[in-house]
Order: sequence, then C-alpha cells, then structure tokens
Amino acid sequence: MEAILLQILNGLDKGGAYALIALGLSLVFGTLGVVNFAHGALFMLGAFVAVSVQELLTISMRVKDPSITFFDAYKEVPYLEVWWGDIGRAIIDYSVPISIVAAIPVMLLIGLAMERGLIRYFYKRDHADQILVTFGLAIVLQEIVKSFYGANPIPVAAPEAVATSVDVGAVFGMPGIVYPWWRLIYLLFSVVVIGLVFAFLQFTTFGMVVRAGMHDREMVSLLGINIERRFTIVFGIAAVVAGLAGTMYTPILSPDYHMGMDFLVLSFVVVVVGGMGSLPGAVAAGFLLGILQSFFSMNEIKSILPGIDQIIIYLVAVIILLVRPRGLMGKD
Amino acid sequence: MQTRIIIASTSLRDYLVLAIFSAVVLSAPLWAQAIGAGYPDLLQKFAIFGLFAIGYNLLFGLTGYLSFGHAAFLGVGSYATVWSFKLLSMNVIPAVLLSVAISAIFAVVIGFLSLRRTGIYFSILTLAFAQMSYNMAYSVLTPITNGETGLRVLRDDPRLIDTLLGIQVQGSPLADLFGLTLKGYAGFYFCAVMLILGFWVALRIFRSPYGMKLVAIKSNQTRMEYTGFNPRPYLLSVFVISGIYAGLAGSLMAIVDPLAGAERMQWTASGEVVLMTILGGVGTLLGPVIGAATIKYFENIFSAVNEQTLHQVFDFLPDWLNELMVTLTSPFVGDGWHLTLGVLFMVIIIFLPGGIIEGFRRIQALFQRKPGKAEEEA
Amino acid sequence: MSDDDKKFPNLSRRGFLKASIATAAVTAAPTILIRNAHAFVNEPKGATVTLGFNVPQTGAYADEGADELRAFKLAVKHLNGEGDGGMLNTMKPSSLKGNGILGKKVTYVTGDTQTKSDAARASAKRMIEKDGALMISGGSSSGVAIAVQSLCQEAGVIFMAGLTHSNDTTGKDKRKHGFRHFFNAYMSGQALAPVLAEEYGRDRKAYHLTADYTWGWTQEESIKNATEALGWKTVAAVRTPLGAGDFSQYITPVLNSGADVLILNHYGKDMVNSLTQAVQFGLRDKMVNGKKFEIVVPLFSRLMAQGAGDAIKGILGTTNWHWSLSDEGSKAFVKSFGAEYGFPPSQAAQTCYVQTLLYANACEMAGTFNPCGVIEALEGFKFDGMGNGPTEYRAADHQCFKDVLVVRGKEKPSSQFDLLEVAKVVPRSQVEYDPSIFGGELGQCNA
Repeated sequence: MEAILLQILNGLDKGGAYALIALGLSLVFGTLGVVNFAHGALFMLGAFVAVSVQELLTISMRVKDPSITFFDAYKEVPYLEVWWGDIGRAIIDYSVPISIVAAIPVMLLIGLAMERGLIRYFYKRDHADQILVTFGLAIVLQEIVKSFYGANPIPVAAPEAVATSVDVGAVFGMPGIVYPWWRLIYLLFSVVVIGLVFAFLQFTTFGMVVRAGMHDREMVSLLGINIERRFTIVFGIAAVVAGLAGTMYTPILSPDYHMGMDFLVLSFVVVVVGGMGSLPGAVAAGFLLGILQSFFSMNEIKSILPGIDQIIIYLVAVIILLVRPRGLMGKD
Repeated sequence: MQTRIIIASTSLRDYLVLAIFSAVVLSAPLWAQAIGAGYPDLLQKFAIFGLFAIGYNLLFGLTGYLSFGHAAFLGVGSYATVWSFKLLSMNVIPAVLLSVAISAIFAVVIGFLSLRRTGIYFSILTLAFAQMSYNMAYSVLTPITNGETGLRVLRDDPRLIDTLLGIQVQGSPLADLFGLTLKGYAGFYFCAVMLILGFWVALRIFRSPYGMKLVAIKSNQTRMEYTGFNPRPYLLSVFVISGIYAGLAGSLMAIVDPLAGAERMQWTASGEVVLMTILGGVGTLLGPVIGAATIKYFENIFSAVNEQTLHQVFDFLPDWLNELMVTLTSPFVGDGWHLTLGVLFMVIIIFLPGGIIEGFRRIQALFQRKPGKAEEEA
Repeated sequence: MSDDDKKFPNLSRRGFLKASIATAAVTAAPTILIRNAHAFVNEPKGATVTLGFNVPQTGAYADEGADELRAFKLAVKHLNGEGDGGMLNTMKPSSLKGNGILGKKVTYVTGDTQTKSDAARASAKRMIEKDGALMISGGSSSGVAIAVQSLCQEAGVIFMAGLTHSNDTTGKDKRKHGFRHFFNAYMSGQALAPVLAEEYGRDRKAYHLTADYTWGWTQEESIKNATEALGWKTVAAVRTPLGAGDFSQYITPVLNSGADVLILNHYGKDMVNSLTQAVQFGLRDKMVNGKKFEIVVPLFSRLMAQGAGDAIKGILGTTNWHWSLSDEGSKAFVKSFGAEYGFPPSQAAQTCYVQTLLYANACEMAGTFNPCGVIEALEGFKFDGMGNGPTEYRAADHQCFKDVLVVRGKEKPSSQFDLLEVAKVVPRSQVEYDPSIFGGELGQCNA
C-alpha cells in the first residue's frame, strides 16, 4: 500500500515537471504555431539562473590552504557569511527560492528577446525550418552555458529546512510514507504555476484575446487587435514557465548544460499525447505519463515485463495516438 | 501546386546529372584531399550518410511527412548485416539482402501504424518507435544486440555458408565481395556505387508519375482524397522505400566496419538525418547528400582541430596576431564544434531557407541574368 | 600492409570472377591506393611520431575528457623534454630520455569520441588513416574503449585505454593491441567488500540500483559476489535506464524493502542524481534492522562527485588514484599538472598520463615503434613510481595490477578540491584474480 502511494507521489512529482515544460511548449505552438526545439534550452537556462544566483551569493573570500603547495587550493568563505554571519548563511541557504524571484524577469527577457530576435521571422515558415533554426539555437545556448559552467553537473542545494524528508502519511494517520520536502514543494509549486497560467488566460482580457487568437488569429487581427504583440508576451510567459520549472528542479536534478536536450524529446511526447496546442491536454498528459512511468518502474511489474520502464512513455504515446488521432484533448 | 514537375522519359539531362554526380563521387579520394577529408573512413561516411539522407528525403522531401525515427531502420540494417556476417558469410551480398529485407519489414510495420496520423503526430509516432527500439537494444535485448558494447563479428562465429564452402577467416574477419576485402578505399568504392545507385533510383522516383502523386499528397492531401484518390498505399510504399535506404545505409556502415551499436538508433541519430536534409535542401536531389557531407565533415574535422593545429594554421601571421586569431577561433573548433554547427544551422536557415542548394542557386542566378528555371526541384 | 598479402592467396584460390572484380577495383582506384611498403602501419618516417588522443569533448563526460586531454598534453611535453619532467623523474625502471620517443619528437592529434562507439571509432580511424597515429589513447566509458580497442587491433596500432572500468575491456573483449592501466569492476568489488564488512558489519542486506547496460551489470555482479562472500545478503538488484535523471521511482521501493545498504552501480550523471536523490529521500537518516542505513558508490570519480555536493560526505567507494597521495610519483605529477593548469588532476588524467609514458617507455625498451615489439615490451612490464605503487602489466590479459584505493567522501573539506579521503589502500594481492575467469582471448599481434 505504502509502495503504491509513494509511486503515486513520485508520479505526480514527475508529472508536475513534465506538465510545466509541456505547458509552455503547447502554449507557443497553440498561439504562434511554432515548433520550438529550443524550449528544452529554456528549461536549462532556468536551472542555470539558480546556479548563477548561487554563485553570486557565494562569492567567497578565499583563504589559501597552506597544506597544498602545488596549486592554489582555497578554503572558501562566502562574503555574505563573513559580513553578516548567520543571516548571510541563511540567505545563501535560500538561494533557490531567491532564484525564483530572479528567474521571472530574466526568463521573461530571454523569452521576449528570442521571440523578437528570431522566432517571429519564422511564423510563416514551415515546421521543418522552425525545427532546424530552434534546434540550432538550442545548441548555441547550451554551448554558451557549457563554456561558462563546464559539462559536469553542478550541485544546487535546497534550503536546509526542507532538504530532508517528512512522513506525509503521519498526517493522514498512516505513518511510513516518507517523502522529501522539496519534492512536495515542487508538486505544489507546479500546481500553483499551472493554475496561474490558466487563470491568466481565463480571467483576464489579455488572456481572452490570446485565446481568441489561438482559435482564429485572422479574425482577431481583423478586429483591430494587435495580436502579434500579445503573442510576443505569450512567448515570454512560456519561457518563464519553462525557466521556473528548471529553477525549481535544480535541487532534484543537479543541472548541467545538456539537461535541456534530455528533456526535449520527453516534453514533445507529453505535448503530443495531450494534443498539440491544448493546454489542459498538456497538463493531463504530463501527470498521466509521470504516474505511468512510476508505476511501470516497480519491481513487481518489471519482473513480469523486463525493461518495460524503459519504453513505457513511448508505448503509451503510441497507443494514445493510435486510439485518439489528436491526442487526449487535441482539437482538429 | 507551385512546384513544377517535369515528366519525361529519362531525359538526356538526367543522364548528364547522373554522370556528373558519379564522376564527382568516384573521384572523391582525389578532391577531398584538398579539404582534409581524403581518408577512407570519412569518405565512406559521406557516401553512407548521403545515401541515408537521399532515402530520407524521398519521404520527407516529396510527401512532407517528417519522420523522427529513421535511425531505427539504420540500426536494424546494421544489426542484420552483422548477424549475417556472424551466421552466414562474410560475403556482403547475403548481408545486404538480409538488411534490406529486415529493414523493409520494420518499415512496413512502423509505417503502417505511424501513417495513420499526419503532421507532428506522425513525427512523434515514428520517434516513439525508434526510441523504443533504441532503449530495448541498449538494455533488455542485449543477447541480440550486445548492448552498450555493440555487436561485433568474431573469429569463431559459425558462418554456415563460409564453412560449407570451406572459406576460413585469417586474422580479424572483414567483409568481402567475392574475395575483395571491403575496407579502406575498396569499402568506399562499394559505398560509392551504392550511393550512385540510390541517387539514380531517387532521380527516377522524382521524375515519375508516382513521385508526382507523392508531391500532390504534400500539397493538399484532403483535396486528393476528395477526388477519390487513396494516398495510403503511396505513402506506405515511399515510407518503406526510404526505410530500405536507411537499412541499406546501416548495412554499409556495418560492412565497412563490422560493428553495430544501439546508439545508431537514438533520437539524436534520427534528428541528424533530418538536419542533414534540411541543411542541404529539402526536396532537392543533391541537397541531402551535401547536407550529410557537411555535417560529417564538421563532426570529424572540426572536432579534431586543437590549439596546436590552430597555431600551425595561423603560422604565417606575426606572433601577436597569431595568438589573437587562435584565441578568437578556438571556441569554435575542438570541443566547440557543436557551437559552430549550431551557428551554421541558424545562419543557413535564416538566410537560405532552401538550404545549401538554394545558396548555389542564388550564386548561379547572379551569373545567369535570368532567374527561374527551378532545377531538380520536383 | 599485411591485408594485401592476405588478399592475393585468397584470390588465386577463389577463381576468375573474384580476380576480375579485384583487378577492376584496383585499376579504378586512384594512385593513393598504392602505398609504400611499410614494415608496419604508420611507421614514422620523419623526425616526429604522432599519437592520437581520443577523448569525449562533447556530451556528459566532456569535462573528464578535457582533463584527459590536459594530461596527454603534459605527457607529450615531458616526453619531449619540456617542463619539469613530471613522472619521468620518478618512474622506475625507465628508458625514457626526455628527447621524444626513440629520438623522434612527439606530436599529437585530438578527436571527439562523443562517448559514442561510432563516433569514437570514426575519430580513431581518422587518426590512423589520415594523421598517421601510431597509438590511440583516451576515452571515458567502457563501451567506447572496447569498440576502439578492437578497431586498433584490426588496424594494427596500439590502444592504451583511458578511463574504462568494465571487466570486459581486459576480460572477454581483451585484445592483443589493447592495454588498460585503470582498474576494473572486479577489483572494486574485491577491494571494497572487506572494508564494507569492517565498517558496516557482516550482517547486512544490500539493495542494488544498477545502470542497465554492460558496465553496470559487471559492476553489480562483482560487488554482489564480493559482498555475499562476506555474509551480506542481496535483497534486490534493480536495473535503471541509463540517463534516467529522476530516480525517485527506483528509490522509494528501497525505503520499505528491509534492506539496510543501498549500492549505486551508477557512473557520471546517473551517479550524481541517484546519490543526491537517495540522500534527499532520507535514506541516510534511516535506521533499519537496528542499523544505520548506508549508501555505497563502488566507483567514485572526484570530478563527477563534485556534482553531488554534500551528498557524498561519508560515502564509501573506490578510485584508481587520488591527487592527495603522497608518494613520489603522485607528488611529481600533481606538482607539474598543478603548475601548468592551476588545479589538481583527476584520476582520468592520471591514467591517461601514465598510459602515454608507459607506451613511450615500451617503444624505447623495444627499440622500435613496431606494435609487436611494443606489445612484447609492455607485457609483464613491472614498474613503480607512477602513483599507484608497484604495478605490473599482466601479460595474460594486458591488465595493470596495483593497489586499489578505497575512498570516502570527506566530511570537512579543507578546499574546493578536497572531496575524497583515502580510507584504505587495498594491497594488490587482495584484488588479483585468475585471468581465465572472464574468458576471451588476446589474439595475435597484427603488424
């Protein structure tokens, strides 16, 4: 029983990440009609915002280690700690939450720059061109990150207070369901972000226009609304969502320059299973695939179907696409 | 339907195109020397990936169906060839036939299922099939594929036909064509002949009524269907043909280097052929070959340039300028070759939407006052 | 080349058809085909000798590859008599003179393996076919090492393996032309198990998470056999997909499995992620069966361990070499590497550096670049002063036998490089094994 509940939590947690990445991808496709292969790179950039903030906060006073003579080895003490003692240490400890605040404007700017600088020239081009140019962009972005941060994963720690686990079950009178705090926070965070995006599209005038534009772009333009400007902002929002997903994910997955590519294929599968351009579909598919992936990794299932955990995502994608031509919630 | 199609029985011009193409390919060992690519392995790769891209372009260029899973056929072709080497004979004929047959079977199954959908849904279906093949080959199917290490030909493999004919292997087993060992330049010429054959078949398809129907599907499938025309058999057949091209390319890879690894089926490998085709020019006959050669050239030559070589290159400059040039260029070579490739993708697609081939056409148009004459475009 | 000799007897035996095809091919071939009669592949004719350094420059192991490349460049410098000489001064016995190899200046070519067999072989072929490399070295994974090793065997050049830890490299896939200085999974198991038993007791239940490919399996098998021999029980051994990223679905079943040790047969990114996540799941704070829950990482790499941050503190594992060793060889190497680059070398760098020197030394000993001579010189070669204590290149499988380091993630690092401390130096005698247990055969020298 506990095993199953834990796997559900795992699945939801994974699903949260998948849904966040897929949401932005689907939003961009639904509004701008662009297949954005650089979306994974946005996720990666978000993670590296956290890395950069951490580096900034831990700019250190270097005390040379006298025992090492062949090269310069330092015992590093962050200036924040030197100046402010415990308060400084607490600030460093909360570098990931602080990164969230930094990631929103940074990712918005990156998103706007990307759309204005490159993507908008590709609205009229076919998907193949979009794929090639965004793929090229993704490579360039990740190589730039690599030249600054190297290829190895960089550890980013969650705040100490939430770096450990908590017995979730105890709350419900079923002790024994131990789960890391940070993953619970991630799940909550993804639900909140998804909720915000939906609320934004549903309840604001801006969102209404965007939804109308997704439905019939020409018509909205004919009404004298500058749909183009709004779509630019939509791209920015998608970048922020992907970036936040990356920033918050860093304590779970030590970021490296290649993580965007690792998530790229998966996020496309999620989007397509949900139905290209359908936002509820992307979210539903994200959680569905996350949960299925967790369940099919259980030893009990693997012993009957060896290797099933390796292919389950793709197998589900194939079955869903063959049964439902436009994915779970796609429209024709 | 903007694109113009010339249907004629093989015109003189086609023979001319073929002749020039063959001459260029067969003389590659001579001219490739000048760009530092004149060694057998890279020339083989040019030919093999050229063939792969030509086949891919038959599907993507003609019908517009963007497959993200063609690497699966390449991988399957390789495995089939190595198994043929292991079980039947080191002769390449059974190996090639087996690879073609097996990749065709895979293509029929995957194509039949994937072609039920169009657009990005089709792409993801093919991707899913290929990724499943890759993941299984890397882990669970290790008894068949030898997993991470890759399937290799061993001296004590049974090789039934060879044993029957009393042919014994001395040293490491190498692929042969009735006694001619296919390694080094011999291997290249074998691949080159296959490439030329593949090119010719593609040319014939481009020029045929069959090719025209495929293009019609690309332009407007719904309209085609309204006229009572069923596109499925056409789509499936071209999918299988292009799958066979991929299988053949995979087979050639295993022929010139008897080893088959699962990585050949990974999505990045599928993505690579897509990039080759778009980079060279989608829907053109020559584009994919040029795209394939460009990417392989970058992968093998640019990645090998290190500071030592850069210093040699800029040797003619004064010292301070030499240092400066090395500093400026070094991020783009060696471990930075990916960066160069990414920049190249962006630059080409931004400024030359039709790929490298369009670049050639524009240059050509500069010289011939009158533009037009869309060439080789079907 | 010998293939040409082989072709003609075949030809006469198989009759006219083959002959005619061969003739056609030969006449069609350009003049490049007609080579000078070499005694062996890429025999150096000029004043230089070329070595090929084939390392991952892109992908997950790019940093490790970059470090290998630094070590290679340093080795070339030292061989050519530049710099402070590094281990050239501490190697015993040594025939190296600091004037290149056999009087020829050493130059090198580099290439990117991308940690893919195909790319690695393509790169190695370029070095052999185009650049005339006599020896190929480098690499950061066993799949690549094995693929390049068999290529070098076919091509008739020497392969000095870089970082490869699978038993297969010098086991069932060993080759006459391939040599490995790095240790292997079997040795990790043999070295680690007694230390584990000593630290954690003999009554332990282990749960394995294993990367689902060849290296992971040999690692799992080795450590399982070694620990079970000391009384441990194995609760489960679960395979995880390579590059899984999030391992939560594999970690949660550990929680209530009754196991009190988790063994992570992962390397690189997989290791970083599974370890960090296992710690987040509170495994190390758990008490199971009245004992403190422990995590073990059989193969440690300092470069990679950095990615796991604080999670590695107190974790036991093995490593081939560590820069903090205080023997003469290690000190000399760390000193010249540190002076050149400003930070300490990794274990990958050390193995690549040593391999290059060993190759050069073997050429000097043999008095020729002919691979057959070099192989003979390397086989059974006993040496010291290279950072690992007295070491022997066993003739039967071309595997180096030396002491193995059991290390522990340091609790209180004194600097940014100070991540691991040596818990025990396991003597060579404890990790030795009969070469026949892994099967495979070396084959013949091909020159």
